[in-house]
Amino acid sequence: MAVILASGLASAEGRYAVIFKSAGNPFGEKLMDGFEKAVKEFGGEAILKAPAEPTAEAQIQMIEQLIAQHVDAIAISANDYDALEPALKKAMRRGIKVVSLDSAVNPDSRDVHINQANPELIGRVEVQAIYEMIGEEGQIAVLSATSQASNQNLWIEWMKKELKKPKYSNVELVKVAYGDDLRDKSVSETEALLKTYPELKGIIAPTTVGIAAAGKVLTDKGLKGEVYLTGLGLPSEMAEYIKNGVCPWMYLWNPIDLGYLGAYAAHALVTGDINGEVGDTFNAGFLGEKEVIQAGEGTEIMLGAPFKFDVVNIDKWKEVY
Amino acid sequence: MENLTSSVEKNISIEREFRTKDFFLQWEWLLLLIFFLIHIINSQLSPYYLNTYTLLDATMTFLDKAFIALPMALVIIFGDIDISVASTVALSSVIMAVAYNAGLPMVLAILLCLFIGLLCGLINGLLIVKFKELSAVIVTLSTMTLYRGIAYIILEDQAAGEFPDWFNFPGWGYIKGIPFILILFALFAVIFLLLLHKTTFGRKVYAIGNNEVASKYSGVKVDKIKVAVFTLAGLMAGVTALFLTSKMGSTRPNIASGYELDVIAMVVLGGVSTSGGKGKIIGVLLAIFIIGFLRYGLGLVNVPDQVILIIVGLLLIVSVMLSNLNKK
Repeated sequence: MAVILASGLASAEGRYAVIFKSAGNPFGEKLMDGFEKAVKEFGGEAILKAPAEPTAEAQIQMIEQLIAQHVDAIAISANDYDALEPALKKAMRRGIKVVSLDSAVNPDSRDVHINQANPELIGRVEVQAIYEMIGEEGQIAVLSATSQASNQNLWIEWMKKELKKPKYSNVELVKVAYGDDLRDKSVSETEALLKTYPELKGIIAPTTVGIAAAGKVLTDKGLKGEVYLTGLGLPSEMAEYIKNGVCPWMYLWNPIDLGYLGAYAAHALVTGDINGEVGDTFNAGFLGEKEVIQAGEGTEIMLGAPFKFDVVNIDKWKEVY
Repeated sequence: MENLTSSVEKNISIEREFRTKDFFLQWEWLLLLIFFLIHIINSQLSPYYLNTYTLLDATMTFLDKAFIALPMALVIIFGDIDISVASTVALSSVIMAVAYNAGLPMVLAILLCLFIGLLCGLINGLLIVKFKELSAVIVTLSTMTLYRGIAYIILEDQAAGEFPDWFNFPGWGYIKGIPFILILFALFAVIFLLLLHKTTFGRKVYAIGNNEVASKYSGVKVDKIKVAVFTLAGLMAGVTALFLTSKMGSTRPNIASGYELDVIAMVVLGGVSTSGGKGKIIGVLLAIFIIGFLRYGLGLVNVPDQVILIIVGLLLIVSVMLSNLNKK
């Protein structure tokens, strides 16, 4: 049987799979591109998967299919922080290395997490941005992805902590709405926010699908200068709204680099260069030397700080991703 | 075909009977053929497919929702439909988790989960027989929203879990190398097979599906039977909730989204006619494994998920068209 299994499938450097939250998400496409690029660099075979629906159930099925294929490592951007635990533990028992990236799974379900940027920094920076845009007082709302998206939830927690500072006493967070990273739902949630809170002055959308949908709604309704938008967006999708003033500036990191780092971390785990312990270091291709650090109960590898996009630099970046 | 000597009239009626019989035989044979074809194709596609471990493990990925397909077959034989089952799964699961976290022993929480499922089904059934002017699809559309709404009220946007370790067993455990879920499903499949094909209850289900008014006049307690079948659908949704929650180790109000459509697809592909009165459990069983293994096998060679959906969709369209060829 082993002979049959080895026929032409196992590449010398192993098989690396990445599972994104759902298909058709531009951020996810870029992330998977970066992952594939890195896997090709070190000579492995890349498997890219994304379910049609952004659910944990669909990701569990994919994990099981990857276990059956005897892949060497799985990198996953999770639809649920806890619900993948039994499936990922099974994968790890079968000797498969597991990294989460973009959206984490709980520390028990992974060897290491790849963090795109410090969650505290992301949460605080977005509140500071909207505070400046709306003139330091008024109602704001958050438009997130799904209610279980662990990365978004963490950022929103930090936003709430930042808002507790006395300087924000005149800023009121009226609602956290969930557009589930679906364009239609994000549009209707934005419209609902505007209807329910006619006094609303700012929206923070810490998700690329949400911010693009909100940008379109605010542009179509001619609310530029009345309701401000910031958050995390893809430059190529947001250039129009940054230039027309609906979203004066926003933040993101490079999803291509994020996927790239995820693949190199998985490779380092497979080759035994690292075990995902604090203090482990490895070489991540053109990103250079990276170190594993403590993160709550588990460990993570940090990509870098969030990057600001505004009218000045958007034209350059919209060509990149 | 030895009755060629009978009278012409008798001949025609007998022949018609044989034709439908033939067709139904053909339908299950066709499903069986597709079933084997899928295995042949899958094993050609992936070297990992054709071994006992993979095939047994594969059943763990799709059997959770299959429990609902068994009673759904009976519902559709009535000519009705129940689209609230996925919401019932979510509500049973959420209540089980919340009750356990509030201190109820896990065994009782499991029973509570089954009871909530049963209760949701019972409410569906009672509403359907009480408000005859509303079709089942409208009633269950309302309860679909209602049940999931309650689940959201209970948990809002949070997840709940922290179950004891042994609760991993239903979704992930084996007995002598065979997945526990497969063993339990086989048991339920036999029960429903006997219920529909070997009992007067089953015969009455067909009678109602063929002609509700006539069966009422011939003394069939239509309402009672309908309530019983919808209650069964709810109960089996509770069973699905157990397995799905065990598989995920935690729960949230939005679990099992879209399960009702997957289940209806299994039943329709199984040759149960949506116009009522026709269909067999054996066909539904074949359909469950056809769709399940098809999706699993394509996933195993990493065919994109949307493409898998298209292929399953095409299979359904073709099968529905084929089953309509027989209708006059």
